[in-house]
Amino acid sequence: MRELSLNVMDVAQNCITAKATLVTIEVVESDKDDFLDIYVKDNGCGMTKEQVESVIDPFFTTRKTRKVGLGVPLFKMAAEQTGGSFNIDSTVNVGTTIYAHFIKSSVDMTPLGDINSTVKILIQCNPHIDFVFSHKADCGEFTLDTRELREVLGSDVPLNTPDVLMWIDGFLEEQSNIIYGG
Amino acid sequence: MKSLAELQAIRDKAKLELNMRHENPNAVRILVGMATCGIAAGARPVLNAFTEEVAKRNLQDVTITQTGCIGICQFEPVVEIEIPGEDKVTYVKMTPEKVAKVVNDHIVNRNVVTEYTIGAYK
Repeated sequence: MRELSLNVMDVAQNCITAKATLVTIEVVESDKDDFLDIYVKDNGCGMTKEQVESVIDPFFTTRKTRKVGLGVPLFKMAAEQTGGSFNIDSTVNVGTTIYAHFIKSSVDMTPLGDINSTVKILIQCNPHIDFVFSHKADCGEFTLDTRELREVLGSDVPLNTPDVLMWIDGFLEEQSNIIYGG
Repeated sequence: MKSLAELQAIRDKAKLELNMRHENPNAVRILVGMATCGIAAGARPVLNAFTEEVAKRNLQDVTITQTGCIGICQFEPVVEIEIPGEDKVTYVKMTPEKVAKVVNDHIVNRNVVTEYTIGAYK
């Protein structure tokens, strides 16, 4: 994966497979303090302790078509190769939280990339799921909560209406410029 | 600044359009493979390109969505196009540059772009 935002898109798919209704993606980064943290949290079906141990094994997958599952192992590798860490916290019927900690200045740091595009695509392709995305950097932070958007839009206008997606796109771009001090 | 007031305006406009538009049984579905293999091969810019192209041409009744891995990872990014009443077409090794041609030739003019399909690679 060339961007961490692609890893996020990939592991967020697991939340959807786990029948989550709310997925929270949180990015906290600081050049000053030299770290980048990513949390992907869902309220899906959760995993047992044994399952948590097995998802970090590339030769484990719940899928029937093939014998490998690389999503989580790739994300874990990306974090650990920077000298950071990776953790999965999961409770059956409550949900799962994935936490990845990166050391930004490491030569093996994968750039975050276009995280806004990831969030937009997740909303576009899963209009029935709620997403909360928050991003914090040195110059500030912002949150996009689709539950708030839904309140404004009402039940007739889905989140994947093209004009709504363009609004989300514009909002994310504007806000990220602010928090990066641009 | 993108405000919630602006979103309200979008809602009102979208509601009007919803009332005018009837459910079309001929809706086209664009499915982009977005499992680990697809994402790593560059499916995201392809999906974005489809969204932009469909919006630019203001095509109604076209839905773009993601699908999982269909088992041909070596051909990713894979895009399937379903038009009711026609055979499903599988495009392989897609790029954002190929998207405009697929939308124009296949979705608008109903001519499959044979050279991009899986048949051309096998």
